[in-house]
Amino acid sequence: MSIAEVEPQTETSLKVIPDATCTFCGCVCDDIELTVEDQQIKQAKNACVLGKAWFFNHHIEDRPQALIKGQPATYEEGIARAVEILLNAKYPVTYGLSDTTCEAQRKAVAITDWIGGNIDTTTSVCHGPSGMAFQTVGETTCSLGEIKNRADFLIFWGGNPAESHPRHFTKYSLMPKGDFLPKGRKDRTAMLVDVRKTKSAKAVDIFLQIKPRSDFELLWAMRGLAKGIDVDPRVEEKTGIPLDKLDDIVKQMKQAHYGAILFGMGLTMTRGKHINSEGLLGLARDMNQHTRWVAKPMRGHGNVTGADNVVTWSTGYPFGVNLSRGYPRFNPGEYTTSDLLARGEADAAMIIASDPMSNFSQPAREHLAKINSIVLDPKLSDTAKVATVAFTTATYGINVPGTVYRMDDIPIPLRPAFESPYWSDLKILTAIEKGIREKQLAVN
Amino acid sequence: MNMPKTFILIPGRTSRQGTGLNEGKYSNDYLDEINTVLINPEDMQRLGLQDGDTVRMWTDYAEVQVTCKTDKGECPPGIVFISYGDKSSRLMQGETHGSGMPTSKGMDVQIEKVIAS
Ligand code: SF4
Repeated sequence: MSIAEVEPQTETSLKVIPDATCTFCGCVCDDIELTVEDQQIKQAKNACVLGKAWFFNHHIEDRPQALIKGQPATYEEGIARAVEILLNAKYPVTYGLSDTTCEAQRKAVAITDWIGGNIDTTTSVCHGPSGMAFQTVGETTCSLGEIKNRADFLIFWGGNPAESHPRHFTKYSLMPKGDFLPKGRKDRTAMLVDVRKTKSAKAVDIFLQIKPRSDFELLWAMRGLAKGIDVDPRVEEKTGIPLDKLDDIVKQMKQAHYGAILFGMGLTMTRGKHINSEGLLGLARDMNQHTRWVAKPMRGHGNVTGADNVVTWSTGYPFGVNLSRGYPRFNPGEYTTSDLLARGEADAAMIIASDPMSNFSQPAREHLAKINSIVLDPKLSDTAKVATVAFTTATYGINVPGTVYRMDDIPIPLRPAFESPYWSDLKILTAIEKGIREKQLAVN
Repeated sequence: MNMPKTFILIPGRTSRQGTGLNEGKYSNDYLDEINTVLINPEDMQRLGLQDGDTVRMWTDYAEVQVTCKTDKGECPPGIVFISYGDKSSRLMQGETHGSGMPTSKGMDVQIEKVIAS
């Protein structure tokens, strides 16, 4: 049954939503003014090019409520089949969650707990390695508001905010005037460290073009300089950066009033992974012997930070958590979805707002296509195409209210633009949980 | 005959990849963006490539065919860039070395021309 057939929209309406929240990237800008007409967003004032594309392209599509093995079905039929799959699985995995509300994330953890499954989020293939590094090194952290008001030395490391987080520079870090930086950009020194001379290089004062796969060595050399330890000049051969230049940079860093390192997946996705993040977090920590320095990961998806928070406060660990023994166990590499699919371990999967069939390794995709899976997504995806049950959902932030966390762990409420005839992730997951509990209680 | 050459592949996000993603993963813009590898002009010449040629790009684990385009000053010689998506992820290894994260940036790839545009 198609939604458009059941609920035709005839009314014309025009409304303005002030302070709407964009959930396309981790900046989670909450100052967007939306103009909505006939269930279509016509204007998105203040949004960047990515935010505009997000708001303008999430209209109501005419798709079935659910597909069971490719055949149109109702939500109730899809939910009944999903309950059956999850209850019959020996090793079910719940995955995704970075593009949905905290309320839905919480429900997904609950379901996984009831069925003794494995819960993991897209963090494991994003800043998961940084999550591991936080556990070993700790985090000298701050809010983006502190960066805006205080940071007079900014280092962007292994990321290209000009293209991936377009308003980061203008709203939070590089450009804005702050309480202690009345001249804004002029009061700040900015540096970019990257292998490629990306569009972000144009925005900074110092660009360090490093050799690929040498972040760890460069960070370790900088840590040495920060601590006043002699560093081997051969660091230049490995990293491409001369030692005297590095020494000069660290001296400047020591003179800053407040420094912030904002790091991207250039660190976590490259060989070294969590030890690259460890090096960077260690550098930020060491710099506090001289002056205030902080480090924050640049997070990609709108609520990936919320996923970390919700999974952490409910299980004690941020991602890759196994609940099969009735208590949480954390082991990246073992309980992370990419690995357990590539090894052919899971026998069922529930994927929420994510598309592993187009971004996992080949062996992981092959296994996912073989097992029973339940997919919740507003749009058709390669993962939805291979799913046993694929639900069409309403889009968070545009149709669905709730809470998301900005990349600096600040919770922000959503102010949806218009209602969708499709169900939210939360509503579907709540129904699945209810179905599971009824069956479990009937047996016991 | 141009022999295949070894490069370091850096997949990443671009503005067009982001806007295309919102238009839909089956939109022309998105598909075009994630199926195009950017190569330094010197390397294009060494491989005998013109913009729009199809190249075979492979790792020890998988191979893909993509269109090539001359990079405009972002990639130094020896480094190639592709927008993060289906093709870049296919080249990854399943193994994550106990991190949960497959090596998805800085992969060693070989590239050779297969079809001229
Ligand atoms: S920077 Fe990110 S959150 Fe802000 S408007 Fe652009 S896409 Fe949306």
